[in-house]
Amino acid sequence: MADREMMSSEIADVQTASTPSLLNLKEIAGDFVRGLWEEIPLFRLVLGMCPTLAVTTSATNGVGMGIATAFVLTSSNIMISILRKIIPDMIRIPAFIIVIASFVTITDLMMAAFTPELHHALGIFIPLIVVNCIVLARAEAFASKNTIIRSAADGLGMGIGFTLVLILLGSTREILGNGTWFDMPVLTGIMELFNYEYQPMIVMILPPGAFIGLGLFVALANKIEERRKGKK
Amino acid sequence: MDNVIEILLILVSTIFVTNFVLARFLGICPFLGVSAKIETSIGMGMAVVFVITLAALCSWLIEMFVLVPFDLVYLRTIVFILVIATLVQFVEMVIRKTSPALYNALGIFLPLITTNCAVLGVALLVVQKEMDFFPMLFFAVGASVGFTVALLLMAGIREQTVHARIPKVLQGTPISLVTAGLMSLAFLGFAGLVKI
Repeated sequence: MADREMMSSEIADVQTASTPSLLNLKEIAGDFVRGLWEEIPLFRLVLGMCPTLAVTTSATNGVGMGIATAFVLTSSNIMISILRKIIPDMIRIPAFIIVIASFVTITDLMMAAFTPELHHALGIFIPLIVVNCIVLARAEAFASKNTIIRSAADGLGMGIGFTLVLILLGSTREILGNGTWFDMPVLTGIMELFNYEYQPMIVMILPPGAFIGLGLFVALANKIEERRKGKK
Repeated sequence: MDNVIEILLILVSTIFVTNFVLARFLGICPFLGVSAKIETSIGMGMAVVFVITLAALCSWLIEMFVLVPFDLVYLRTIVFILVIATLVQFVEMVIRKTSPALYNALGIFLPLITTNCAVLGVALLVVQKEMDFFPMLFFAVGASVGFTVALLLMAGIREQTVHARIPKVLQGTPISLVTAGLMSLAFLGFAGLVKI
């Protein structure tokens, strides 16, 4: 009797072990999607404000910063997940910071070599990805407890979510403040069709535009979330 | 005399003209996170002035006497963040031993400072701009005092907005961001006062 129970539990074990690919896929997709809305950085989790506000004077800068952060986030998540059983608990935060700082240095040097203009425009905010709370928060809250693939999916999802917000804010500020979008004349072009000269809202490019723009976007995200919950 | 004027110019420009929070966007997280009450923001401000000045000093010395002579400048980010993390830990221990009263006032804010990007920001800026010793020191002091000024102003405003009727979707972060935007607009009035 006891044997049979053991057998059946073993069979159950084997079954759970043989189906993980499907289960995992769902889990991985969940980890990935969560970063895109449910826990999208900046809107739902208020983390990583400094680079967001500082570099989004144009959509191009937003894309650059977003991709750099997504790269650091994904690779440090993978690395920390690999090392999670080796790193002693006591010194895990310094260890995480060193891993992150290494990837930031890689990004910094690569950008200096391949995209010097963007590197110059983003300036000090590339090395400052080290202290971007999102990266450390994901390392501590997720990568140090989960498998490599799930951590990679989480990092990629968060990174893309972060990039999307940067592009949104960067586009808004560039279109209103300069009349262009990715250096293409949008508002200036439209106004030219009607023989008017577009007067840019310079304040959107200046610091106040960043604060107020992001504030209104967060409020909008709150509103959408409220609606969504109401429907459920 | 010239030196005194130069130092004054550095202080005015870092505190008001290019305020670290409102014009350079460094240290936004604690600025939004810890500014709910004036008392706690005074504690945070003092801790930040202390740590930023020390961190800038250490990073500057390391850059001048270790990284540049040994041609290791590419390690800057890693070295500086380690220095800052260690320094914060060290400062915490020293304060706990020497002055328990100050420790109780600053205690909880010290660990938070490691992830304050203003600290690493100042350290990186002073070496990127290749400042001399005294300008570097006053740049760091001015930057951290500027942070404290912005934090205190924000705390004062937020203590009032608690009683205001704010639309539900704007409560919390959004209204703080919009408030910061208006403050930053006011600080734009200082623009052009000093050119450095």
